[in-house]
Amino acid sequence: MDTRGFVTCITIVAESIVESRLLEGLTASGARGWTITPARGSGPKHQGMSEIEGGSIRVEVLASATVADRIWQLLREDYFTNYSIAAWEYPVQVDRAERYCDPAPPR
Amino acid sequence: MSWDLVATNIASVPVLAFLLGVLAAGLKADLRLPDAVYQATSMYLLLAIGLKGGVALRESSLTEVAGPVAATLVLGVIVPVLAFVILRVLTRLGPVDRGALAAHYGSTSLVTFTAALVFLDSSDISYEGYVATLLTILEIPGILVGLLLAGRAMSGGDKRGWSEALREVLLGRSVLLLAGGLVIGYLSGPNGYASVEPFFGGLFTGVLALFLLEMGVLAGRRLGALREAGWGLPVFAIAFPILAGTLGIVGGLVAGMSTGGAMVLGVLTASASYIAAPAAVRLALPEANPGISLTASLGITFPFNLVIGIPLYLLIAEWLAGIL
Repeated sequence: MDTRGFVTCITIVAESIVESRLLEGLTASGARGWTITPARGSGPKHQGMSEIEGGSIRVEVLASATVADRIWQLLREDYFTNYSIAAWEYPVQVDRAERYCDPAPPR
Repeated sequence: MSWDLVATNIASVPVLAFLLGVLAAGLKADLRLPDAVYQATSMYLLLAIGLKGGVALRESSLTEVAGPVAATLVLGVIVPVLAFVILRVLTRLGPVDRGALAAHYGSTSLVTFTAALVFLDSSDISYEGYVATLLTILEIPGILVGLLLAGRAMSGGDKRGWSEALREVLLGRSVLLLAGGLVIGYLSGPNGYASVEPFFGGLFTGVLALFLLEMGVLAGRRLGALREAGWGLPVFAIAFPILAGTLGIVGGLVAGMSTGGAMVLGVLTASASYIAAPAAVRLALPEANPGISLTASLGITFPFNLVIGIPLYLLIAEWLAGIL
């Protein structure tokens, strides 16, 4: 039986200083998991303090379209104005799509 | 001013390593430590300073320490308020950026403090062993006062940012390792410390040199941003440490500390934080431009203190000790 399906993958590159706040927000938006890796690079704002402490992080979240919308809302409201942050999304095909999409009510 | 003191200070391995780092940054050569090594050396320095300070604290009486601790707390409030007011005269910065800078200058720099101790040790000038306790204490109030000054100007304010910043200050690596080291050193005493001395004492200056090489690269990269800063910020970043350092020296002498001890308290008030404060400020005052604070504290004040400030504060302390 083919159990593959499509979910949304949102990738967020941010100053590591906001990591714990961002992860709380992802949980509250209904995300069920994520992968975090250290990141390096440069961007148009480049006003973070990242080279001093902790660098930048790259957070990848697999989520349903609804949860992805909530995450975009979170980023617009709390992060884009004042922090060095970049985010993008694309559809990805995964096995056991329901694993990433069980409706978890926002807290 | 005795140039011999400046020459002795510059000719030390840690300071020369720092200058090598600045040169490397200027030449765009890659001398940066891997991030994990940078984090580990920073933890090593914090714990080593805490341990040694804890052992020394055991040999100090409460009455001896009370005065300097009180002086440090008062300075921790006065220095950021002064910075906030003076920045208004010297620069066109808004209250949020002035508050961010006040938080940096109200707090202190572990590495400048450490370099001052290495300088005093090599010059055979004694100082009170409990100065590491004063370092730990001064980490905290300056940041909070600076944030409060900026917070008054912000509409509404972000409560979550404030609680995160408070957590970052109190439970961040700097305070936790310094305070933890003090407790461990105090409890284990000279005998316990003797067993780790080859690692935390014997290797200390070498590790400091490695760390300063990295700081030199970071400071050197900040120098480029000076061109955008205008004249007010560099003037502040050099003149304010001399003023705050003199206040610290006066505070130390009035509180009954030796000339060497008062000079160390002067170095503590003269130096600006670039580890604990930036993190707390970024969380509590996201509107503040971190480039301004880091350029001033890391790009100007830190090199100034390291090369010229440390011997200068000793001269000021010796002069004031003769008067007070």
